[in-house]
Order: sequence, then structure tokens, then C-alpha cells
Amino acid sequence: MTAPDRRIPRRGSRDGSSRREFLLAGASTVAAPGFTQTLAAQPAPARRIDPRMRLDLRLTINGHERRVALDARTTLLDALRDHLGLTGTKKGCDHGQCGACTVLLDGRRVLSCLTLAASAQGRGITTIEGLAKSDGELHPMQQAFIDNDAFQCGYCTPGQILSAVGCVNEGHAGSDADIREYMSGNLCRCAAYPNIVAAVNQAKLVMKTAMRD
Amino acid sequence: MQPFVFERVDAPASAIRLAADERGGSALANPAQYLAGGTTLLDVMKLEVMRPHRVIDINGFDDTAIGQVMATRDGIRLGALVRMAEAADNPTVRRDCPMIAQSLKLAASQQLRNMASLGGNVLQRTRCPYFRDVSYAACNKRNPGTGCAAMNGFNREHAVLGTSERCIATYPGDFAQAMIALDAIVETMGAQGGRLIPFAALHRPPAERPDVETVLQPGELITAFEVPLAPWMRRSLYLKVRDRESYEFALASAAVALDLRDGMVAEARIALGGVATVPWRATAAENALRGQRIDDRSVAAAAEAAFAAARGREHNSFKIALGKRTLVRALNEAAAITI
Repeated sequence: MTAPDRRIPRRGSRDGSSRREFLLAGASTVAAPGFTQTLAAQPAPARRIDPRMRLDLRLTINGHERRVALDARTTLLDALRDHLGLTGTKKGCDHGQCGACTVLLDGRRVLSCLTLAASAQGRGITTIEGLAKSDGELHPMQQAFIDNDAFQCGYCTPGQILSAVGCVNEGHAGSDADIREYMSGNLCRCAAYPNIVAAVNQAKLVMKTAMRD
Repeated sequence: MQPFVFERVDAPASAIRLAADERGGSALANPAQYLAGGTTLLDVMKLEVMRPHRVIDINGFDDTAIGQVMATRDGIRLGALVRMAEAADNPTVRRDCPMIAQSLKLAASQQLRNMASLGGNVLQRTRCPYFRDVSYAACNKRNPGTGCAAMNGFNREHAVLGTSERCIATYPGDFAQAMIALDAIVETMGAQGGRLIPFAALHRPPAERPDVETVLQPGELITAFEVPLAPWMRRSLYLKVRDRESYEFALASAAVALDLRDGMVAEARIALGGVATVPWRATAAENALRGQRIDDRSVAAAAEAAFAAARGREHNSFKIALGKRTLVRALNEAAAITI
């Protein structure tokens, strides 16, 4: 292999006169070195990469592969909302402080505002649009939020629901206290918290039954 | 956010060579930065507090030893890419040293804990609002030599221990308090090879250079934490006091482990969070307790010793009293644990 593994293809022209463009030394992959090996001594061929060139990304979202060319700075949240038309995932604080942007990555809940889209390649992304069955039947957690009136304005709700699915699947929804602690990363300014706890309690029973079946 | 070149690598050697291409003055100033969970890095990049030219995604070697928790002959080895949530739920960690599991579980939210790596966690940047807001010119940590807006600003969250005339920013982490209390060893890899760093030597107090936060060289990568454990460390805990019950940084916290023999303290390990500029081992408090019985007098004396050198500013002097009470409660609760 002559380039670092899984280097992402770039598109766009390479303008050699750009000031932002800078020298980038490529590197060959070597066998895992001993701790005392000096890596810097190995020669590496020089390459140029313009950081503004778009990356060709393949993202697996709700079971479908989507290809999209994006600036490296694009977060998974902005990729979903602004480039892929999936606006169910909400932008609240954009700094990891509110939980509105929660999605599942390989089944684990994460914040899409602090995840680079490029970093999410090769992993299964689940958004609120991917929870219901194809015939329209709601996920037990979605149904439980409706049944328990677990929202008012609804802006935090997609993040709450994805987070709640993660919470149950992790086994952290055993008691009301556990649900409150493990759902604390999702803020609700309408303060629907008691009803959210009730919804998680309802859905966890249905989800357990579904897993047994 | 400034433009950067994104690289994804599968092997530590590739990552280190890429990072070594662009050396800055310190690990934090290096134009190449490693991306694991990204929960600190992307946050401060959006704020333009950090502006790396190259971001090297190291999540590809999650499934090597760097991504695993392993039992060792004398304790446990926590790979640097293990996620906080994974370590917090690890049955061996929870049984053999509750302090570690609790320090992780009480930090951030489950989404952040699912993302954040242990290696990145110990390097998380301060929450000082003047550091995080580039519209304040004066910040010796962000722009060396410009002064400190917090010194005479709103400094309620700031440190009372380990401060200097140049910086009073609080070290915000919890897990690091467990690591420093337990005499963990930090295993690293860099362009010059590997080395082992005592956890207590990893972070540098601000002194004259608040911008240089650790002894890590540019491009040096933390690969693991070696934690020596003794059976008595099952009698340990992490107590965190904050403005809200969950999903908040510590105003004061204490990591405590006690070796009690016939009711006497044979050995004590104490670290304090939320009150100091770096992970803080309270050696004076440990010395005060050794050979003593745990009672109201001895724990109060230990708390006094821990904060003897504390210095409060306009809005944060309450942390001295709060820190002492936090330590008193932590010691009493730890002493009550039966193992």
C-alpha cells in the first residue's frame, strides 16, 4: 500500500497556486512497529491536497447507501439536514450540550453535531426517519411518546426518541431514576420530562417483548 | 471552522507519521490533531479556539489493543480508544475499582460517553468561558502573553488550587482524578518511539505557560492507561457536586480510596476535581489520614490539609468550603463501604 489506508477520494481541481494549499507528505503503511522504532526517519513522498476540496463520501443511512460530496468540515448533522434532505434530526446548540441532534451510530446513540460526516463512513446511521417500519407502523418508542403526551413543541423529540431507544437497548432503563440519569443528555425546554419517563417505561416493555418474539 | 485536510488511518504508525509531518511548539499547537470521539476537538474547532490544518481520524484502530480493556498481572490496562461508556459499564472495572467507573458514569451524557475516548477525555480543554470565546483578546492559554480575562472577570467556575498569576482555568475532567489517585501510568507512542509517563506528570500546572497543558510532544499519541490495583481499592468512590444533578461539570469532586486495617487508615488515595487547574492529587490530605482512625476529627483535618494552599478570587471562594465538605463526605462514605 502506498498511501495511508482508506484515504478518501477527493474531487475538484488542484490549483497549485492556492495559498491555502500546502505540502502534505504521504506515508506508507508499515508493519506495526516496536515502541522504540523511530518513524520519522522513514522517507515519505510529498503530495499536495487542497483542504477545501470536497470529499466523496458514502454514508449508510437507515439501511440505504447515500453518496454525497462534502467539505471535510461538514458534520453528520449538517450532512443529514442540508445535503440529504433528512431534516428530522434537529440542530439545537450545535455544541454537544442539548441532545437534539442525537442519532444512532452502529446502534449506539451519539451526537451528530460533534461527528464529522467523513468519520461516519462505514457505519450504520439511524435517524428518526428510519425508526418506523416501511408500512408506516411506528416504532414502540414513537408510539409511546404519542400515548404519553411526551412532548409539547416537539423540537427535541426526535433526539429524545433516538436517545430513549439507545437507553433501553443499553439496559439503562431499569428504574425511573436510571431513565432520568441516562436521558439527562436530552434537554426539553417545555419540561415534558415526567411524560418522557413514562413513555420510556411503556416502550421498554414492548421492545423487550419484540426482542423475545 | 477553518478548512482542514481529513485523513483516516488504520494503524497507529500511519497516524503518528502523518502528525509528525507538521510539528508545532506543543502538542496542542500542533497543526495536525488526532480525532477520536471529537467531543472536545470539534466543539473547540467550531469556536475557532483550535484551528488544526489536518485532522487525523484514529477510530479505525478501535479493534486493536488500543480499543480494549484488559486485565494485567497487577491491575488493569485501559486502551486509550476505549469509549467512556464502555469502561464505565465494564464489570471488572466496576467491581475492582468503583472510583473509575463512577468518575466516568457521572461525566457528560450517555451520547458523549458513547463517543468520547479515554485518551481524549484526559486531554479535554477547560470550560473557562474566556478561553472558549475568541472575542476576548486576553487569554494566556489561547493567546500566550495577552493576559487573563478571568482573573478579574466572572470567575465562579474557576480554580482555587494550582493557579498562577497567568491562568486560573479549571481542569474540567473526572476520569483523570481517578487516574492520578491510582498512580496510573500513561503509555504513549510518538515519532521518537514509545514512553511511559506517570499520570501525575502528564499535565503541567499553568505557571508561566498556561498554553502548554501537558508534557506530550507534538504528534505524541496516548495509547493506554496502565492502572495498578490492590484488593482494597474496591473500597473507593467518586463523589461529584455540581449545579444540577446530572450532565454538568463538577464544582467540586473527590476521588477516594481507603485501605482500612483494624479501623486504621493504612493507605489513602485522594484526588480533587472541579477546584484545580490540573488533575489534583491531595497528598497532604493522604498524609494527614495515614495511621488515623476515620472520624469527624481526622476527616476534617484531612480536608483542611487538602485546601491549605487554596486561593479564592471574587466569585469562587465558596469552592474552598465546598471542596472541603465534598472531601469529608467522600471519606465518610468510602469508610462505610464493606469489601
